[in-house]
Amino acid sequence: MTAEPVLQVRNLHAYIGTPRGVVRAVQDVSLDVGRAQSLGVVGESGSGKSMTARAIMGRLPPRAECSGQVLFKGRDLLTMPRKQLAEIWGKHIAMVFQDPGRSLNPVVRVERQLTEGMRKLLGLGRSEARGRAVGLLGEVGVPDPERRLRAYPHELSGGMRQRVMIAIALACEPDLLIADEPTTALDVTIQRQILDLLRRVQRDRGMSLLLISHDLAVVAGQTDRVAVMYAGRLAEVGATRRVFAAPRHRYTHALLEATPTLEHERAAPLRLIPGTLPDPTRLPEGCRFTARCAHADDACREPGPRLAEIAPDHHVACVRPVAAHAAADLEGADLDGR
Amino acid sequence: MAGSGTAHLRGDRALLSVEDLVVEYPGAAGTVRAVSKVSFDVLPGETLGIVGESGCGKSTTGRALLRLDRVTSGRIVFDGERIERAGERRMRELRRRMQMIFQDPVASLNPRRAVADIVVEGLAATGASAAERSAKSADVLAKVALSDDRFTRMLPRQLSGGQAQRVAIARALAVEPQLLLCDEPVSALDVSVQAQILNLIADLKAEYDLTVLFIAHDLGVVRTISDNVLVMYLGKVCEFGDAAEVYDSPAHPYTRALLDSVPLTDPDRRFTGPALEGDIPSPLSPPTGCRFRTRCPFAQERCADEEPQVREIRPGQYAACHFPLGEASEKAG
Repeated sequence: MTAEPVLQVRNLHAYIGTPRGVVRAVQDVSLDVGRAQSLGVVGESGSGKSMTARAIMGRLPPRAECSGQVLFKGRDLLTMPRKQLAEIWGKHIAMVFQDPGRSLNPVVRVERQLTEGMRKLLGLGRSEARGRAVGLLGEVGVPDPERRLRAYPHELSGGMRQRVMIAIALACEPDLLIADEPTTALDVTIQRQILDLLRRVQRDRGMSLLLISHDLAVVAGQTDRVAVMYAGRLAEVGATRRVFAAPRHRYTHALLEATPTLEHERAAPLRLIPGTLPDPTRLPEGCRFTARCAHADDACREPGPRLAEIAPDHHVACVRPVAAHAAADLEGADLDGR
Repeated sequence: MAGSGTAHLRGDRALLSVEDLVVEYPGAAGTVRAVSKVSFDVLPGETLGIVGESGCGKSTTGRALLRLDRVTSGRIVFDGERIERAGERRMRELRRRMQMIFQDPVASLNPRRAVADIVVEGLAATGASAAERSAKSADVLAKVALSDDRFTRMLPRQLSGGQAQRVAIARALAVEPQLLLCDEPVSALDVSVQAQILNLIADLKAEYDLTVLFIAHDLGVVRTISDNVLVMYLGKVCEFGDAAEVYDSPAHPYTRALLDSVPLTDPDRRFTGPALEGDIPSPLSPPTGCRFRTRCPFAQERCADEEPQVREIRPGQYAACHFPLGEASEKAG
């Protein structure tokens, strides 16, 4: 990556105390999001992707212990005084969540929710903010924006509410947008519209994007770089093209093979990943995927493994990575037949 | 799309046959017709996938078949018997032969009973002895790979989502059903666990000679498991046919648009085609004629005036569309 990073996460840890023991939800996660660049963080439940996002946003559960650094343009958000943080959130960093129904205030009209930030953080007057709001709704594809300004959230469809959420996020022209499962609650044709919209506004505005998703395909088409997480740790980080063309971590490789595709041949069983996630309070010292990995041996049970650069902008934390030529085969058409 | 008609039905061989099914919900804002004259059938040993977005009526259809939702009108024939007006007592007997598994497996299991007991709950009414029940319990739990004592003594809340779905499947198998109705059985599960459950359903289907009705919104999942698929939109049937043919060359513009909306795991090829515009209309006031016409890139006047009937577009492939893909040029003229 050449661009100077807007967001640098350094050695982030988040440990959460539970009655059953300490959950090491995030362990030693370091990530960069460059200017105007998009980074996807992808993983299944328990991977730590959401906790990573919450740690970045300062929204960890009260019992969580967090260490490391979250540098936004060089300033650490984890140690920043509350007042300065309030300045940054909304104005320089904005967020979009999975459930627009719950992030919007149900008893306040769209207009006030959309103009509030512009008036408070940018000091715009009422009519100026309103004029911008109409423009923003148009930009995110809400038809008849003047009329929609007077609507309450429940009068909008799920897709329209998510468009409004995106408009609110864009209102103060943030440098970084954090989108946490932004299309997970939506139907597939509406998800498609929102993904296209996010991509367009990110490019048009030269904004940075941190996209959290459980869906490999969503991340594949939306991001320049991708980080794959498993059981609280980074498994694989690199250029999205590279990681999807030739996944090298055994987990990433297995996950891609277990994903049903539109070309899947009937009667060909899916290649599955046996077993389940390790107990988060009793995580192994070695690679956390060991128990489910067909290629694991004793070396995988040694403490670690650490991320290592396996190719330019492609880092893998795997003792027995997929061979480069075998990884590239995954692209071939015989995926289901093998 | 969004049409009616029965041209795609396959006659007396079917284990389950549904004709002109209508399910209405009265509400404060008016009556919602969640399922509007839907017809389909399932042959013995077939896996039929029903796929569509929110409001298409796929789940309501599934529930209506087991008479968990009230059937407003239409005809449901199961194994030669008309069941749309069957009494509750008869339905209780029939539901043993038509078992259902749901999206949220934990919620579908009795929270106070151990796994080993839950899976043979359905046998209580059959007069099976305690010894028979215990043997059956061990048998079906082994089939779903949960025979370890660790699992059999657990309560539902101690299970992971994937384990709970295995218990739900074991419970269904215990009463030896003919039809297994799966309503979004893997949509709450992670991909790595989802594949385990899909393969399990496919294996058990072969072993127990099951007929499967598989309802889901995920097109990849449906393709993986189905012999034939039925695509629905706003309470209507769009398309029916062999899964491979429907996915590889859809006849209905909505099927095409659905497939084109599925993100691919290929950064250089995000989607297979253009996005579909607009929102899904309210089921309270569905469009006239073809219900898909307000979003259809090929819609013409006729689509607003006249509801398309399901008809054979290519051998074995049926669609309810005035201007289906692949024959649009001839018909449009």
